[in-house]
Parts: sequence; C-alpha cells; structure tokens
Amino acid sequence: MSQEQSFTLDGQPVSFEDGQSIMVAARAAGIYIPHLCFNPEFKAHGSCRVCLTKVNGRIQASCATPAAAGQTVESETEELRDIRCGILQMMFVEGNHICPACEKSGACQLQAVAYYVGMLEPHYPHFYPRRTVDASHPDAVIDFNRCILCELCVRASRDVDGKNVFAVHGRGIHAHLVINTPSGRLGATTFSITDKAAQVCPTGTILIKHRGYESPIGRRLYDRQPVDVAGDVAQVPESQGGRRHD
Amino acid sequence: MAEPSPLAQTIDEIVRSHHGLSTRLLQILREVQDKLSWLSPEAMDRVAEDLGISPDKVRRVAEFYSFLYTQPHGSYDILFSDNITDRMLGNRELLRYLCDRLGVGIGETRADGRVTVGVTSCTGMCDQGPAALVNGYALTRLDKPRLDQIAERVERLAPLPEWPREFFEVVSNIRRADILLGRHFADGAALRAVLERGGRAIVDELIESGLRGQGGAGFKLALKWMSCLDAPGDVKYVVCNADEGEPGTFKDRVLMQEYADLVFEGMTLCGRVLGARQGFVYLRGEYRYMLDALKATLQRRRQVGLLGAAILGDPTFNFDIDIHLGAGAYVCGEESALIESLEGKHGTPRIRPPFPTTHGYLNKPTVVNNVETFAITAKIAAEGGAWYASRGTAESKGTKLLSVSGDCARPGIYEYPFGVAVRQVLEDCGARDAQGVQMAGPAGRTIAPSHYGRQISFEDLATGGSFMVFAKHRDILDGMRNFAHFFAHESCGFCTPCRVGTSLMRDLVDKVHTGRGTRADLEEMRRLGRIMKAGSHCGLGQTAPNSVLYSLDQFPEAWERRLRSTAFEPAFDLDAALGEARRLSGRDDPEAHWLDAHDDDLVRLAKLLPARDASTVPDDDRNLLGAMP
Ligand SMILES: Cc1cc2nc3c(=O)[nH]c(=O)nc-3n(C[C@H](O)[C@H](O)[C@H](O)COP(=O)(O)O)c2cc1C
Ligand code: SF4
Ligand code: SF4
Repeated sequence: MSQEQSFTLDGQPVSFEDGQSIMVAARAAGIYIPHLCFNPEFKAHGSCRVCLTKVNGRIQASCATPAAAGQTVESETEELRDIRCGILQMMFVEGNHICPACEKSGACQLQAVAYYVGMLEPHYPHFYPRRTVDASHPDAVIDFNRCILCELCVRASRDVDGKNVFAVHGRGIHAHLVINTPSGRLGATTFSITDKAAQVCPTGTILIKHRGYESPIGRRLYDRQPVDVAGDVAQVPESQGGRRHD
Repeated sequence: MAEPSPLAQTIDEIVRSHHGLSTRLLQILREVQDKLSWLSPEAMDRVAEDLGISPDKVRRVAEFYSFLYTQPHGSYDILFSDNITDRMLGNRELLRYLCDRLGVGIGETRADGRVTVGVTSCTGMCDQGPAALVNGYALTRLDKPRLDQIAERVERLAPLPEWPREFFEVVSNIRRADILLGRHFADGAALRAVLERGGRAIVDELIESGLRGQGGAGFKLALKWMSCLDAPGDVKYVVCNADEGEPGTFKDRVLMQEYADLVFEGMTLCGRVLGARQGFVYLRGEYRYMLDALKATLQRRRQVGLLGAAILGDPTFNFDIDIHLGAGAYVCGEESALIESLEGKHGTPRIRPPFPTTHGYLNKPTVVNNVETFAITAKIAAEGGAWYASRGTAESKGTKLLSVSGDCARPGIYEYPFGVAVRQVLEDCGARDAQGVQMAGPAGRTIAPSHYGRQISFEDLATGGSFMVFAKHRDILDGMRNFAHFFAHESCGFCTPCRVGTSLMRDLVDKVHTGRGTRADLEEMRRLGRIMKAGSHCGLGQTAPNSVLYSLDQFPEAWERRLRSTAFEPAFDLDAALGEARRLSGRDDPEAHWLDAHDDDLVRLAKLLPARDASTVPDDDRNLLGAMP
C-alpha cells in the first residue's frame, strides 16, 4: 500500500490516487474548479481552457495535468479569474448568444460559469458569425449559434452512442460543428434524444423539441444554486432542471 | 459487377500504392488532388471506402489542411508566399498584376476552372523571393516578366514539366559555414561508429556534446533519446521534423537539399541507439519539389548498405525511412500535432504528458527532432562530443544555422558558434541601417538596436534560426500586422484562447494599423496577449502574441504614431459597414463614404443622419453609432 499522497489547492490539502488529474482529485474532494469541456464520464479534452490553474507557478489546464505529490495548485486567484473571464468573453463573442431568448437560459452551464468567474459583459467585439439553426430532426433542434466547440456531443456520440453524428471541421476561427451526413442535417442521422449526445451539451445548442421554458425565471437550475454548488448541467437529472435522463 | 468509373480507378490505384493504410490518408488525399485538382465528395467517399474508414474521417482531414480543397479549384493553383519578407520584395503588386493578366480575383478560381490565384503562409524562400507555389512546386524570384511567361503558359495549358527550369530554381545561399556545413562528412561514418562502439557510448558522446534541440525549444538531446530508450516496448519510431513552418526560416530546406545524407544518417543512428526500425521525415508541403531527389537519396543509401536491411552488413541493424508530406498547416510543426498528421489525421496537438518519447507515433515511444539536430548527431557520433562542445557558450554548445532575410545585402544561411552577437550577424549580412530584427520568427521577439549587443544562445536570445531584418524606411507595424494575420490563419482552432484570441488580436492590430486605434486598444492587446500566453493549449497560441507584445515594448513610437487622440474608438468600421448600401445603390462618390480620420467626421455624420445638425451630435453618439448593426 502506498501511503496517501496529496497536493495543496489554494492552501487546502487534497489527496489523490495515481493517474488522477488535478480536476478529478479536486472534484472528489468536493472542490469546484470551473470548467466546460470537462465531463467526468469522458477522457479529458483540454480545449475550453476554463479550468486553468497555477501548478507550481505554471498555468496549466487542471483537467489535463496529472496530480502529483507536493504540488502547489492555485485556483481562486485574481489573476486566474481574470484569465478565465477573458476566455468566457471570447466564447460569447465567437458565437451568437442572445441569452434572454434562449431556452437554456438559467440552466446553461456556459452562462452559469460566466457568472461564476464574474463576467459582466462580453467586452470584445462580436464576430457575428453566420450560423444556422437545424430543425430537421423530429425531436431535437440544433442552434449552431451557441456552440462553444467543447466536443462533448462529438465524443458522446462517437464513444458512447457509437453513432458518430457530430464533428468539428475547419481551422482557427472558422472551426465549426457539423453533422456527419452529406446534407449536414440532423434529421438525416440516427440521432435520438435518448442518446448520450443529447444529454451533454453545456450550452443551448442541442435542444429537445416539444418542450421548453418549463421552469419559470427564478426557479431554473442555476437560479436556485450557482454552478459550483449545483454542478454540471449534464450531471443534474432532468427532473431537477438538468440534462441527465432520469 | 459494374466497371468502376475512371475516378474510382484513379483513386483505387493511389490507395493501392499506399497499401490501403489509413495512416497514409493525408498522402493519399494529396495525390488524389494532384490528379483531380480538388477533392469532390465522390472522391472523398471513394477514398473512405477503399481504406475501410468512415467518410467523416476523410472530410475532417480534407477540411483541415490549407492545401487540400473541398471546393472546385483551378487546374493551376498559384499561391503567393505572403511572409513580410515577400511583401518587402513587392509580392502584393505582383499578385495583383498576375490576377489582372489572368482575369481572376485574389483567392478566386477563374470561371473556366483554369486557374486559382491566392496567398499562403511563408513558403521558406525568403532569401530568393518574391516566391509562390504552382500546384505545390516552389517558384522563386518572381518579377513581372516572369509572371508574363507564367500567365502565357497557363493560358495555353502548358504542363509544368515543360515550364523553364529556372522558374523553379532554388539556390542554397550558404554565406557562412562552420563545423556543420563546412567540414566534410564521410557517409556511413556515424553508423560505423555506433556499430563499433555501441549505442551507450554514442549516448555518452551526445551527453558530453551538450547538444540541445535546434527546432527552437532547446531540449537536451541526450535526455530525449534516453527517455525514449528507457520507455518500455520493442517498437519505437524516429521522426525528423522538417515542417519548417516558422516564417523566415529556411535552413532545414538547405539541409534537406544539400545535406540529406547527413540528416538521414543522424536518423539512422538514432534508430540504432533506440532499437527502432522505422523512421519518418515529415516534410512540409511547400518543399514538395525536393521529394523525388530525397527518395532517390534514400534509395542510394539502401543500395550502398546505409539504410534498409542489414545496414553495413550487420543483420541486427535494420532501419528504413519514409517521407510524409505536410499540406499547409504550421501547427503540424508542433511535435504531437505532427505525429497526429503522420498518423493520417488532422493536426491537433495532443495533451502532454504523456510525451512522444513514451507515447508517440501509434502510441509507441518516439523521438522527434529537428532536421538540424539530426544532422549534428551524425557529426558528433563521428567526431566526438568534446569536439562539438568546444564551440559555443556554457549553456549553448556548438553552432546554430541562421536563416537571414529581409533588408540586407546578402540574405541566406549563416552558421555561427552560439554566442554570436546580433550586431555581428547584421554586419556580415550587410544590413547597414537595421531599425529592428525579428528574431526566431513571428513566434519570437522583435528587437531594437539597443539589443544588438546581445548574444544568440539559449541563455540570451534563443532561436530556431529565423532572422528577419527591418531597415529604417520600413514600418515595423507592417510586420506585426502580417504576423497577426499569420497566426489567425494558422491557429488549429482547438482551444478557445488561441482560436478566438488570434482573430481578436488580428482585428486589433488591423484597427491600429489603419489609424483607427487608441491607447485603450494597446492596453487591450496586452491583456489579450497575457490570456493567450497563459491559457493556450500549445506553443502556437502561447507564442502568437509575442511579436505584438515585444514590439509594444521595443517600438512604442511605431504603435503610438498611428493612434487617434481619443481614448476609445469602436472596433466597428463605419465605412466598411456602408459598403453594402453602396453596392445596392451603385454609389461610390465621396458622399457615400465615411472618410476616416478627418476633422469633418461630424459633418459627414450629420449628412448621413439627415435629421440632425452636426453641431448637436455629442461626442458619445459617435460611439453609439459605432455599435449600431
Ligand atoms: C506551433 C509550433 C510549430 C513548430 N514548428 C517546428 C518546426 O517547423 N520544426 C521543428 O523542428 N520544430 C518545430 N516546433 C518544435 C517541436 O514541437 C519540437 O520541439 C521539435 O521538433 C523538437 O526537436 P528538437 O528538440 O530537435 O528541436 C514547433 C512547435 C510549435 C509549438
Ligand atoms: S453542440 Fe454543445 S456539446 Fe456539442 S460541441 Fe457545441 S457546445 Fe459542445
Ligand atoms: S494553441 Fe492554437 S494551435 Fe495550439 S491547440 Fe490551441 S488552437 Fe490549436
């Protein structure tokens, strides 16, 4: 038996097992590090960069950094909050996020994390990309305007559902989510709202049809509790305002 | 069964020549496109079918690389190299000239499908520009008479092999040679040494030599090889990074063209030390012109027993080398993205750790080194570590190849012992009135004359070798703008700070460069740069803001003289926004324009807003207007 190993996170000791990332160890210890592309059911992806922490003085993504004994990890500092806030602002100006009109508003993890890091305005000039809405599927609709390219749906559909419905194409600011069919339409795929891919989106991109605005303002998921308490929308059951199927 | 279509037959043949291996996907797509000029949906589906992979995988790759086209493309594909050094040599005027001659817009394909003319990132011909690529083959020293001849050949559909050889001549311009370029090397000397003395003795020599990676990061060579040597597993790989994408560097091109034997010998040596049997050269697509010659060199080495089975007659020494071509993606120079690309995928950098030395190509232990690094290892094996360590400085042993270009009398390759002062290089290349130097490329730093006394070394100014000179009459900001566009184009798009940040930075630099910026924008660049450096997933995003950040410190006047006196200006360009209205109304008179930076802005504003008098438009409203869609 190896003896218990630990690192410190904002001064607090956190124990971990071999192979765990800083993010996973922190979660197990009940400490929240903001994140969007990380989902405990999937391998770390490391693309959103919201979970940056300072590890022994170097800024690194906590989801992609292995925990090691004796590490000094900082998370809730002014510097990191400012960087995280900047990254969230980038996400908001990259797409078209009209929160007041969005069905996921209040139960959107993107919005909730933005509140958490203290983002008050998008700050940067909007790119206003021309993106479309795809309502061709009988049970789901995709509003590409809100996609932050976390690739959770890509991973879920490929690795869990075995359907490979989604992909990201293009480079740089032109990177965008696509549907893997010649027509590019969701209706032409075998996607089903019971798929894992329908439960993981942290934004209002993938929506279930024939329902909406079920919780009044004030009682939506993140109205009741902030994201560090309520957790990821993908982990909260539908009956409590999340996306996970009951 | 129906007879396969000609398209299917062409593709089947190409896939067969690659043994139906999906790791060859990128190579296959390149060859298919060579034949068909673009990758149609039918072509991509056929490739997928032949390889037994899903069509989405093929599309993902085809959509990633700049040199692969998923839209109809001209039979002649002409891409002007658009590095700042090409611009200094007047490439923009030549680009417009050729477009006019051919009757095609920049970035467009002519209606008859004959030709497409566009721009591409630096093609590594900075010492002999303005440069371009035609169907992937390098063109150098362009001028109007040559473009006339090119246009004429395009019009009469002359095949490339019939074009004059001098259009494609690439010279080496070696201006200063030291121990790497200057001393004779007997082919096989390093391989004989490792057979006689054993791999461990060679590693000891490498340790003694102090050699560090020459690709830029300067990782200790011996540590890398030992880490891979110690990694568990029988199957290991050796990869030579010949992607050379950093604008302004071309020394790896010269090594591959003139010293390929030395590079291949270094790789084979590494193979022996690691017990690897397979090596790859990842050659940037821009250097396609030398592929056949390199293959011939490999073949010759096999024939004389320096490569392949039973090297030097030793039945336990088996190692071969394969060459993969890139397809226009700077990020593929990053070692883990390079490995992804070698595996036939799009080039997104992996999460590190694990590092390639334990989990590299096909997840096997892999050494990735730069071209120059491999060449040096062969020399060290033959001549000893102490010999190499006798040159250079305490932390930077040996010599460094610099690729010198820009405003100087003698651009080309200069080999110096580490520790040489910037001033010495400027003197030797004949740069008498250098206002600044872009060291280590756009990802490096911009330095002013007060720094010319500094040394080129890992202790002081580290560099992969790019050295671009800006003379007094240049505007440094032209360079910064060029670099900002380069990074926005080359970001792979995987992580947020780089994907969005490089485009935000490009727009900010554009704004200041066109005289619409204020002091607030300079502050904004600093904050954005901090976020990109701290937050990006790989070295591309982490270094992308460097040139802006360094030049803000080193050349504040260059930025400040472009600023408006106001504290803030909207990013929104009112005149550009009026463009659509102009197009619709067919107007282009001055009254239909928002003329920038004039005292009479408010008067014009009033004309656009008929209900209001200029004098009653408060200053704040200008910003409000700026925010209007
Ligand atoms: C965006 C990016 C581009 C790079 N391009 C190159 C390149 O073209 N050639 C190269 O040798 N190294 C390049 N590198 C560095 C490689 O990742 C790697 O460090 C190098 O190939 C290791 O070889 P060395 O130790 O011999 O220098 C690049 C790194 C980054 C982040
Ligand atoms: S649709 Fe949602 S889950 Fe999929 S990549 Fe976009 S934001 Fe992520
Ligand atoms: S830093 Fe840029 S190039 Fe590197 S992974 Fe992120 S988006 Fe891709």
